Formats: sequence, structure tokens, C-alpha cells
Amino acid sequence: MKKVWLPLAFIALIGLLAAGLRLNPREVPSPLVGKPAPPFELPLLHAPDKRFTQKEMLGSVWVLNVWASWCPPCLAEHPVVTDLAKSVPVVGLNYKDAREDALPWLKRNGDPYRLSVYDAAGRIAIDYGVYGVPETYVIDRQGIIRYKHIGPLTPDVARDKLRPLVKELGGG
Amino acid sequence: MARLLVLLLFPVAALGQSPDLDKRVSALAEELRCLVCQNQTLADSHAPLAIDLRNQIREQLAGGASEREVREYMVARYGDFVLYRPPLKMTTVALWLGPFALVIAGLALLVRRLRRPRPPEPALSAAERERAAKLLE
Repeated sequence: MKKVWLPLAFIALIGLLAAGLRLNPREVPSPLVGKPAPPFELPLLHAPDKRFTQKEMLGSVWVLNVWASWCPPCLAEHPVVTDLAKSVPVVGLNYKDAREDALPWLKRNGDPYRLSVYDAAGRIAIDYGVYGVPETYVIDRQGIIRYKHIGPLTPDVARDKLRPLVKELGGG
Repeated sequence: MARLLVLLLFPVAALGQSPDLDKRVSALAEELRCLVCQNQTLADSHAPLAIDLRNQIREQLAGGASEREVREYMVARYGDFVLYRPPLKMTTVALWLGPFALVIAGLALLVRRLRRPRPPEPALSAAERERAAKLLE
């Protein structure tokens, strides 16, 4: 009886550790999913004298994409964001960047954003629980955060998660 | 003049001159996790976000917030994961009680094994006894 028991316990332990290794510690579940998008009012990246608040998006399903010109993964996900922006409005949150870097970056790589807000101090990003750019949020018509993706978007994530969710929420 | 400029530009730095506040900020930063470099506390980390969050802590404490309020502020944004001492709830029961459960299970196994009656020593046959005696000579 003991002879079966010990190897079984050992295999169970290996299984537990193997499952643990497969988890991505970077993907911290956000407490914000299911909660209203934190309010902000920020100047536009392109027009410092104009301001934008998340309230203006009430009534539509939209995507908030946190990006910066100094962030290589943002460049990597840029084609995916560009593609996504064809079917759902994407608002950029330009994070701890400088206008003189961010604007040429958009010129070089294309600007898929409906608009980008300029969060030079990163204060609003803290309210959104951002800890590594890029991060992407799907926000519903009522202004509730429905999904958060941490790290660069891949075509797979856009196809399997974002698009179906946007469609389900009645956007796009 | 220069001093005034510094005060205007870095109100946070100016507030930091109170050593008491410094102590509270670092005590709190010691028990919050830096999400960029996850095995470091906010106090240890030099990541830009950790610096921002330390400034947040300082600003809020200086503004009269309690330690609990600052902790709640962080949890609302980053989840229980930011706490190095997570609260005891359904999702963290295994974390808190797991080690004790393992120790108790181990002790139970040990006790069971120690209590098990030992099988009696096999008696030696006459031939074996003779051989042993010979070896001992």
C-alpha cells in the first residue's frame, strides 16, 4: 500500500510544480476588471491645449492602449493595434513620454489612435494599475473595464480575446 | 530664490524633509511589492514605477492618509499581489494554511510510523547460531 502511495504523491508534487512553471507571473489579475474605468482628464498628445476625458467614450465600446515611444514591445504590437483600430475605436494613453519623441514615433509608425492622451507623469496610468507598457483595456458602453491585457498584443490575442469580446459587447 | 524654485518644482521632495514621514514611507514601501521586478519591495526597487509609487505613498501620507488607506489605494489598482502580507481570504487560504497543513500531515505520518509495532526479530536457527558463534570467536 505504501509502495503505491509515495510515488503517487511525488507525481502529484511534480504536477503541481509543472503547473506553477507554466503560469506567467507577469499576468497579475487586475482588480479593475468589472469596475468602472478610472476617471481622467488629460491633454491630447497632438494638441496640448485640448483635453479629453474617458466620459466622452460613454455609449461606445472602446479600447484603451497604453504606449510609449521608448517601449520596444509597443512597436512590436503596433501592427496589431493598427489592425484592431479598424474595427473598434482605440484611444492611446501615451505614458511617461516626451511629445518630441512620441509625435515623430507616430509619424514613423502610423497613428491608428482615434486620439492619444498625454500622461507625462504616469499618474493616470497608476490609477489604471499599469506596471509595464504596453497594456490594453477593453471598456464597455457603460464605461466598465471588461478585459485587461498586459504586455504586447499578438494577432492571436486580438483574434481570440479582444475581437470576440468587442463583438459580444455590441461594439465594432 | 533657488530654494523657493525647488519648493515649487518639487513639493514632494520638500515634504520629504520630515524624518518621521520618511520612516513611515519606507516602512510602508517595505511591505509593498514592486510589480516591475516582482521579487523586490517598493523600497528596494529602482524601477521608475517603484519611484513613482513611493512618491505616491509619500504624497498621500503627507496629505493625511493612514497606512491602511494607502494600502487600499495600492490594492485597488494592483490587487492583493502588491501586498507582501496578503489578507486571509478564500483565494489565499492555501497560501496561509498550506504550510501548517503540510507540517501537521508530516507529523501525523511520523507519529503513525513510530507507533507501528515493530516486527519481532526473527529467531536464529541452530545452524545460524553456530555460525555466528564461530564468527565471533
